[in-house]
Amino acid sequence: MKKNWWKILSFLLLIYTVVGGFLMDVPRLFILNETIRNLYFHVCMWFGMMILFGTSFVYSVKYLRGFNLRNDIFAHQFAAVGSFFGILGYATGTIWANYTWVTDQSQSLGSILKEPKLIGAAIALLIYGAYFVLRGSFTDIDKKARVSAVYNIFAFAMLFPSIWIIPRLVGSLHPGAPGSESGNPALNFKDIDSRLRMFFYPAVIGWTLLGVWIATLKIRLQLIKDKSLINE
Amino acid sequence: MNKRFSFFVSRFLFLVCGILINVVAFAQDKPEMADVMRSNGKIYVVVAVCLTILIGLFIYVFLLDRKISRLEKGRD
Repeated sequence: MKKNWWKILSFLLLIYTVVGGFLMDVPRLFILNETIRNLYFHVCMWFGMMILFGTSFVYSVKYLRGFNLRNDIFAHQFAAVGSFFGILGYATGTIWANYTWVTDQSQSLGSILKEPKLIGAAIALLIYGAYFVLRGSFTDIDKKARVSAVYNIFAFAMLFPSIWIIPRLVGSLHPGAPGSESGNPALNFKDIDSRLRMFFYPAVIGWTLLGVWIATLKIRLQLIKDKSLINE
Repeated sequence: MNKRFSFFVSRFLFLVCGILINVVAFAQDKPEMADVMRSNGKIYVVVAVCLTILIGLFIYVFLLDRKISRLEKGRD
């Protein structure tokens, strides 16, 4: 229980998020209505995914600097939990979009399937999916670690254009895109309310810490399994 | 003359009423929120359910953590 304060912090922050997130006052917005509270859950999944993928990227670079297999295990497990968060973010996003984008004036399911943010996020997640396929296809451990570390760096570099840059260039229903001011009164960071911010940032930290906790469990288990391989 | 005056008054009153109705209708045209759930306290049911899931999840992760710690100690 010496270095476990952040696990307790994660627990407390998520309790705070659920209680405050459902009970406290939020801005009254058309179309979104009460669903604005998804900000504390759906958006946090993507923030957590970005942070976990970033950590994975750092460990891949560290692996390539010293070829320590320990770093490869860290990179692999952080990417795994990051992908899990991404899938949860995607799933929650489809539910949210179904009730806020489809009902909007002339929006149909067809226009949602053409949504650049959804396609970009799918591409990003598929690139990370290929990372696990790539890892599974090697029998040589050192070669596996080396090639997948290089691929992980590429995957992280692809994350930015596919989920941040391209949807903002071509316009999207998703908040933050240039076309979203018209027709979809969702939040962009210019008008994110301070009432939302009070719970949004703690929620991001809480969910991310939970993800890190799960990742460390997976790492420790893998380290026990591969004890004979890691020379220390 | 009197008849004509009363005609104008009725027209004017009709206009004022129309504007007032419009104003009232506009004031009610606010985004719909789950105010009913808040007023009858059912929102606490939702919070209780979510808290139960969250606490259960954390207990599960905590027990896993303890199990893995024990495994690490056993091997050393």
